[in-house]
Amino acid sequence: MITAGCDVGSLTTKAVVLNGGRVLGHALVRSSFDPEKSAAEVMDKALQAAGVTMDDLGFCVGTGYGRERIKFVKKTFSEITCHAKGVHFLHPTIRTVIDVGGQDCKAIRLDAKGEIEKFLTNDKCASGTGRFLEVMAQLLGVDLEDLGRMAARATAPVTLAGACTVWAQAEVVVHLNAGRPMPDLAAGVNEAMASRIAILARAVGIEKDVCMSGGVAKNAGVVAAMEKGLGMPLRRLKVDPQLMGALGAAVIAREKAGGNRC
Amino acid sequence: MLTAGCDIGSLSAKAVIMEDGVLVASHVIFARPEPEESARAVMAGALSSAGASLEDIACCVGTGYGRNSVPFARAVESEITCHGKAAQWLNPGVRTVIDIGGQDAKAIRVDPAGTVVRYAYNDRCASGTGRFLEVMAGAMGIGVDDLGSLAAQAQDPVKLSNQCVVFAETEIISLINAGRNVPDIVGGLHRALAHRVASLARSVDLAQEVTMTGGVAKNPGMFQALEEALGVKLVRVDTDPQIVGAVGAALLAWQMAGGTA
Repeated sequence: MITAGCDVGSLTTKAVVLNGGRVLGHALVRSSFDPEKSAAEVMDKALQAAGVTMDDLGFCVGTGYGRERIKFVKKTFSEITCHAKGVHFLHPTIRTVIDVGGQDCKAIRLDAKGEIEKFLTNDKCASGTGRFLEVMAQLLGVDLEDLGRMAARATAPVTLAGACTVWAQAEVVVHLNAGRPMPDLAAGVNEAMASRIAILARAVGIEKDVCMSGGVAKNAGVVAAMEKGLGMPLRRLKVDPQLMGALGAAVIAREKAGGNRC
Repeated sequence: MLTAGCDIGSLSAKAVIMEDGVLVASHVIFARPEPEESARAVMAGALSSAGASLEDIACCVGTGYGRNSVPFARAVESEITCHGKAAQWLNPGVRTVIDIGGQDAKAIRVDPAGTVVRYAYNDRCASGTGRFLEVMAGAMGIGVDDLGSLAAQAQDPVKLSNQCVVFAETEIISLINAGRNVPDIVGGLHRALAHRVASLARSVDLAQEVTMTGGVAKNPGMFQALEEALGVKLVRVDTDPQIVGAVGAALLAWQMAGGTA
């Protein structure tokens, strides 16, 4: 049974094609202003990568903030349900999922069966979301990807006192003007980000194993800062963490299809 | 007897000279990189318009975030104490002071003597401070000084769904792209800020009369929005609302030097 999941996020749209327990293909595109178009585009790419067509799909599930606009899905589920599902499918021992997206952050606690026990979301404040990193990368004039890489060369990370993205910007400007080296600034930004996310994670109640998902989980600097801040290792996911919502959607699609073709 | 108050804020520095508890001169400048430099420059300006020199000042009190860098201050006091003191002195009926600065907002309850009995402040989140309006004005390419008159032209103020400055900035850009006119957006921004500040004010159990101080109080649009959000009439301070902290410092300096305020 081939199934698919499509995750229309605020910044990126993702799709995963699954055959039983195996990922056949996946794709990621930048979200356009039109969620319907982004979904169609990413699904085309994922199907192509998997070497199948839409007619081969037994069931397709949508998620993400633009999920109601996806034409080709049979059912939709929240990102929280899908991230939990995707993570549990890959790593059944994980009990805490910290999903950091472009515009929000979620901490999800699972039981041994992968059912959601509790979750918390921050989508009110840009601090602790991907947007914080984006604003900082722009301010420092570097690519988002470089922020993580540069931080590895830091010798004395700067301290950002304020959590607020606006105040942190002002603080970074002061450090820039004081001539602090770029790696120290990048590391300071990552640490500020991590400390903000950790507050949400602690509030949901951390249980091992712990992982990060979402686009920000690809930033090695933030992951390292999180491990330092929480004082425990984070499990690295077997599949691109940014695809977790789409993967979970595909897993749910497989369950819903119940082995029947539709 | 001449006394002085010097308020070194994050964005501006203010100095006030008083003669026996009567305001004789004041001066406001943009803050310099070094707080001490700001203090010297702003005080020089105030002294020159008072026709006095530093030696003539019996006592000076420093306040504001750079208060410990005022070299000629005999004592320092918090902005909260100074704003409470001055607001009650300017309008004796005042019991609640709402001070909105460029980087923070405070709600201060005072007793009939101008002594602070309770306060709450926000300096953690830029939304709910003057910075909110500053960032939004910047995003729309309009001057902060024009915000008030634009808000007055609003017919159907927008309702923002985001509080966060960063998210709201994106939201107003979409609103402009969606064809909403600038006065309606500006009106909506004032309402949003007033709503934030009103919850801060309610947390200290708002008592009448209520006044507004700080740089944002120079914006008439904020007066109207805050009056609507609180459901009470605000008392205007009969002076530049930005110098109220410095006035309080000068009053405290006068008391310290033996005057009776």
